[in-house]
Amino acid sequence: MMNKSFAVTLEPGTSLENHTGSWRTLRPVNVFKLPPCNKQCPAGENIQQWLYYAAEGDYEHAWRILTEENPMPACMGRVCYHTCEGKCNRGFLDESVGINSVERFLGDYALEHKLAFKRPVKETGKKVLVIGAGPAGLAAAYHLRHFGHTVHVVEQAPEAGGMMRYGIPVYRLPRNILDAEIKRIEDMGVTIECGRKVPDIEAEKKAGKYDAVIITTGAGISQNVDIPQGDTNRVLSALKVLGEIETKGEIQIARRVAVYGGGNTAVDVARSLRRIGAEPVIVYRRNRDKMPANEEEMDAAIAEGIQVKWLSTIAGATKDSLKIEKMALDENGYPQPTGEYEELPTDAVVLAIGQNVEKDILAKLEGLNMERDNIVVDPETMMTSLNGIFAAGDVATTDRTVTHAIGMGKNAARGVNAFLKGQVYKKQPKNPDAKFEDMHPWYYTDAPKTVRAELEVARRTSTFDEVQHGLTEENAIFEARRCLSCGNCMECDNCYGVCPDSAVVKLGPGKGYEFNYDYCKGCGVCAQECPCGHIKMVPEQI
Amino acid sequence: MLDKINFYQTGSNTVGNRLLNPAMRSIQASVDRPNSLISGHRACQGCGEALGARYAIDAAMRATNGQIMVVNATGCLEVFSTPYPESAWRLPWVHSLFGNTAAVGSGLAAAAKIRAMKNGDTNVPRIIAQGGDGGTTDIGFGPLSGMFERNDDVLYICYDNEAYMNTGVQRSSATPPAARTATTQLVGEHPGADWGRGKSVPLIAMAHGIPYVATATVADLRDLEAKVTRAMSFHGARYIQVLVPCPLGWGLKSNSTVTVARAAMESGFFPVFEAEYGKITSVRKIRQKQPVLNFLKMQRRYAHLTGKKADPNVVARLQALCDTNIKNFGLLGDDEPNGVPTAIQAYERSNRV
Repeated sequence: MMNKSFAVTLEPGTSLENHTGSWRTLRPVNVFKLPPCNKQCPAGENIQQWLYYAAEGDYEHAWRILTEENPMPACMGRVCYHTCEGKCNRGFLDESVGINSVERFLGDYALEHKLAFKRPVKETGKKVLVIGAGPAGLAAAYHLRHFGHTVHVVEQAPEAGGMMRYGIPVYRLPRNILDAEIKRIEDMGVTIECGRKVPDIEAEKKAGKYDAVIITTGAGISQNVDIPQGDTNRVLSALKVLGEIETKGEIQIARRVAVYGGGNTAVDVARSLRRIGAEPVIVYRRNRDKMPANEEEMDAAIAEGIQVKWLSTIAGATKDSLKIEKMALDENGYPQPTGEYEELPTDAVVLAIGQNVEKDILAKLEGLNMERDNIVVDPETMMTSLNGIFAAGDVATTDRTVTHAIGMGKNAARGVNAFLKGQVYKKQPKNPDAKFEDMHPWYYTDAPKTVRAELEVARRTSTFDEVQHGLTEENAIFEARRCLSCGNCMECDNCYGVCPDSAVVKLGPGKGYEFNYDYCKGCGVCAQECPCGHIKMVPEQI
Repeated sequence: MLDKINFYQTGSNTVGNRLLNPAMRSIQASVDRPNSLISGHRACQGCGEALGARYAIDAAMRATNGQIMVVNATGCLEVFSTPYPESAWRLPWVHSLFGNTAAVGSGLAAAAKIRAMKNGDTNVPRIIAQGGDGGTTDIGFGPLSGMFERNDDVLYICYDNEAYMNTGVQRSSATPPAARTATTQLVGEHPGADWGRGKSVPLIAMAHGIPYVATATVADLRDLEAKVTRAMSFHGARYIQVLVPCPLGWGLKSNSTVTVARAAMESGFFPVFEAEYGKITSVRKIRQKQPVLNFLKMQRRYAHLTGKKADPNVVARLQALCDTNIKNFGLLGDDEPNGVPTAIQAYERSNRV
């Protein structure tokens, strides 16, 4: 008991006795939002999360997070059209983050350091048959194996990879990379049987005592169009050209070749032909704005000296020339014939106007619902109209990219996994979108995107060497550190620092922060100053 | 290797960051920061002064290994932190009168020196005197100037919220022109505070030739910490004026304290600089220039300048004031400050802005 002065009745003490939290009408809470890149990714990758670890230099952790969704990052880092980058919030600030190049760096890092997938902890004893070893089939097999099921993949081509091997040219995807990533899936215990076509799916399922089947046979038949041929002008299909270059390393074709179509396959064919010394001309019936091919790929093709005939259709072919009809776009953007013709000296035509699904084995499945060219699947479970038979990839969608196939393969595996447990797979509800408006851009510093070095155009046109080079470690970290971490904490300590009441508790590395509601007055400075929009003020329940 | 790579996510603009090595983080980012002003104080929601005081005193505590005593002028900071019998301060702390803080600080510094000498102690506690702009620029100005001219070993920190907030938002000599306060109401031809009044205490302090003078805001923590640390490396009289927005007095949303301070800094409204022995040695450059309107429109004390009946000439004059600051102090790009800048009030009085 201290000797108190005049008129003093209370012991001195700390202000911690005074719980100012009772003043609060708004309460700060941490919210987790869906970054635009994650939302966009057709393979459903958790991009923001793996960039988070890549930025720390913890590449293995980053790669593990990445491969939770996508087993082939080294391939995807090369061939994915990275629509995620188009949605990146960093684009509002300077340039979007080079997500694709960091993905490739992580994929290559894993191959270089021989990182392997973990084998399943427990075997379920269930057997699943996957028909087709393209991206969808491989992704499905990987995820099913991850769940502990026994997976057997049957592929009709001599080697696994599907369109990644027989459609995508070597200069975009070197085959040793593809082989290594397929091998890693096999090392988990997935068996792949190549060079055999499954003649009857129901019979195969019964004979092999499979509990479920996933059809990922792709779309491997080039679409045909009737070109009135006067004489012997050669007409070839895009897939035949690409497949032959893949297996034989070259193709006997004329010098002047017209490539008919405006999609990614047309560009791949033209660029491949350029590399074997031909002079391809792309003939497309609409203009560049309407062209479905990826913009970067098209830029690269033009840079390599590939000519394009816009607003043109092939009306007929003779021995050494094509009859081209000029088109004009109507008010709806559809091409209409103009009746004007011109001659294009050409020795061969490659048709790259789309691919169809091979229907002969599907036709044997009684009661299988098809719509036009695709198997109809439940968008959530990926199950077809037949119980226990699922489908994914090009065979079940019109959105035919590798990335989309990998995402569908994953979903099909989840659908099968739930089915094998006697459940129905339900997609998890998504977090709310992380919008640029919710962020505090002042905190971010400007820095341009590290553009992947491209081979000299001259060298590129004559070889099948890989065109895009990867990032060095320094560049990769630089890129990863440009991520704004939209809507998810990046541990910048801002909330902890700016609280006038010291009511934010820092929990330590990787653990984030906590609000001390005993003292938090609900002023909202933390939410206002959070760079990435991870804090929200919600009304206090009184 | 990781340390060498530029950190382009948020650079060093945030308080800390997991990717920076701990030595490069701010003091406020550390789990064991001193928290000299702890939770439970009675400051309003979003108080800039509470924030500024913790930033500054924590930095001084780190710089001196905790050998700090504080004299606090009467005012908001004293009232909200220490209503008897509770105190939010976690260091030796003396409450002085409204006007004599600098004098009490001088006395404490002398006493600390003598006492250490008597005890044969080489470790002399350092003294910080602190108060609001009213207690500093008006009421305590005589003792402050005395402390400067005697070069007493005290760091004086003025938490500038541009009016007498504790007693109900009356105008001080730090209140900017056109601002509404309880004593400068929106009446007459020139609503709000008059033009051509007030003074620049940092420039007056520099004119005393004291070792160190600086200005800072709560919107640039690293700058503030560096300045307090630098100040503690000098002996003699030192002065730091920190802009601490007051949500109540400025009519701000309680969450905008830091944002509005940033706008004051980035518009040139509040020049941030440091000076040693009367000469400006560095200026905090504007990173993303903003028009003064961004600063004004967040505050109800300027509502008469942004509404429908607003007089655009007044905003233009305030903008001219900011532009003059930018030019005088060299706040943009590679500009150099132009010798010892003239107080902005001189421009107001000569009707040049």
